[in-house]
Amino acid sequence: MTVTTTWYLSLAAVLFSIGTVGLLVRRNPLIMFMCIELMLNAVTITFVSIGSHLNDLGGQLAVFFVLVVAAAEVVVGLALVVAIMRRRARTNADDLKILGG
Amino acid sequence: METIVFLISAVVILSGALGVIFSKNPVHSALFMVQTLFGAAVLFVLLEATFLAAIQVIVYAGAIVILFVFVITLLGIDRAEDLKVEPIAGQRPLAVVLGASIFGIILTVLIVAVGGPTGVREANTPIGDAADNTRLLGETLFSKQVFSVELTALLLTVAVIGAVVLSARPQKPLIRTLQESDTEEETEEGGE
Repeated sequence: MTVTTTWYLSLAAVLFSIGTVGLLVRRNPLIMFMCIELMLNAVTITFVSIGSHLNDLGGQLAVFFVLVVAAAEVVVGLALVVAIMRRRARTNADDLKILGG
Repeated sequence: METIVFLISAVVILSGALGVIFSKNPVHSALFMVQTLFGAAVLFVLLEATFLAAIQVIVYAGAIVILFVFVITLLGIDRAEDLKVEPIAGQRPLAVVLGASIFGIILTVLIVAVGGPTGVREANTPIGDAADNTRLLGETLFSKQVFSVELTALLLTVAVIGAVVLSARPQKPLIRTLQESDTEEETEEGGE
């Protein structure tokens, strides 16, 4: 029983689905960010395994850029969370419906 | 051997992911995320992407999770969230159904529709062996992808500036209503 690319892709699909469910269920903005990171990780596993399957370095290059974008996204997102929490002490994602005006 | 390593890291990854979404305390979620990230790094080693495995541990588990934990401690929001309250009725079952259907769609496309991954082999740059991985990646990044690397630098600069601007504590509120500014001017004049 050898490990094929399909195994990696299935694992990534499970991880992506768990991240999606977490993003939809949890109300704490920090944990929602963590779920986005889980989904990004599922995508990186997909990229690397497809790249390995096709013997192409492009997959790993894509993952490099995904990592950079993820880092930038977390920095800006956490700065937003800090800025919001400073004004309203106890905040979850539902409280931000005030943004609707 | 590869099968055993894959199965162990799959269990580590998935249990960590479930831990992230089920733990009440955000700090525990962050630690479970480290577990998932390490499992993914093991998979990268298994796929001979050694540079990415190192970067995964250094950047993700090192920098990003530290950032999460830092914000949690800074804001003091490490209190447990009450998971029993369901804010929107029927939200959780619907979320689970949606997640399951996403998984089903991906798996169907993957296995049934195309019978495993397809594509053109070695269309771009061959991977080479694991010892050469870092050199090849660097050479490709700074020759073929050099414009993307520059854009990445720009993106990181924008992100840093944005974070500083967003989290700076302004001396006066940035946006004042007309009435507020009027009354302030009046009091300043009165003081003189």
